Amino acid sequence: MMKDRDRLTLSFMTYQEIAKLESQARIKRILDVVLTGKIVILQGRLDSVEETSLIQTTMALVGRVKGFKGVELAVIDPNQNQAAWDRMKLRMARALVGQRYAFTIIGPASIVKEIKRDPKKIELMLSK
Amino acid sequence: MVIRVIKNFFNRIFLDLFRRRKNFSLGFYGPPNAGKTSLANRICKDWTGEEIGTVSKVPHETRKIQFKEKVEIEYKGKKLTLKLVDTPGIATRIDYEDFLKFGMGKKESQERAKEATQGIVEAIKWLDDVDAVVVVIDATQNPYSQVNITIIGNLVARKIPVLIVANKIDLRKADIKKVEAAFPEYEVVGISARFGKNMEEFYESLFNLAGKV
Repeated sequence: MMKDRDRLTLSFMTYQEIAKLESQARIKRILDVVLTGKIVILQGRLDSVEETSLIQTTMALVGRVKGFKGVELAVIDPNQNQAAWDRMKLRMARALVGQRYAFTIIGPASIVKEIKRDPKKIELMLSK
Repeated sequence: MVIRVIKNFFNRIFLDLFRRRKNFSLGFYGPPNAGKTSLANRICKDWTGEEIGTVSKVPHETRKIQFKEKVEIEYKGKKLTLKLVDTPGIATRIDYEDFLKFGMGKKESQERAKEATQGIVEAIKWLDDVDAVVVVIDATQNPYSQVNITIIGNLVARKIPVLIVANKIDLRKADIKKVEAAFPEYEVVGISARFGKNMEEFYESLFNLAGKV
């Protein structure tokens, strides 16, 4: 795994890049970038079962890939904590265009120490 | 004679159906050090007199799935028979150096880290085999962690009934309202598994959860 403490690279991934991939291929695409020491900003989000698989795959890689300690992950989803009617509208939109109304941040744990979040803000705490 | 045979036949069918609804496996999920084993221990001690596992201040004390079969719970004349499934804490990162801070040696820390990663993989696999889940959250911590959101989202996708427990309400920093605000669609019960605080409400919620299985 690449270690570059002086440089922070954010890699933007559009939803289009993963939209047509199978679940495992989506996870692989994301983790391949994370393993190079970059923070992935994904347009959209994985579904919750894929998110769990991402954690599972990540844990399987810890100890196998030198220097890899896992990931820090956060999803900012406008669907969370909304009124029932608004959630329903967003679900309908998702059915048409996929899960792109969100942002997912995934970074290697060796670079991102913590992602602090509350409903209104998100903070990336970087490792020294 | 014929009436007795018919009666026995119906009794068997209905009792079986009834039993099936009252016997289920209950998973304990959540981040490390939230108090999953403490809660499972509390339930086991209340109803069987035995514990399910050891607890520690060092994260990832539970690194293997722990079971307790046939735990019979009685509340207000109703009975439940549970298989308790206590799982390792789910995390997205494991760094052996974190364990060094607790006075562990390098080798011991590395082994613990290795076992913890395997435990998380196992815990996620077990999501396929539980009928209902108690998600245990540390009420003194920020509830908006992605691990909490991902676990609950996954359970909803699998249509597994969920009860959220905000643990450690005996501590001054505990904020059950924040947990409720983070998960407004779910029932949240505040307890202290360590001191057995508010367990009555927990058992009542557990019976409500059983009704959804």
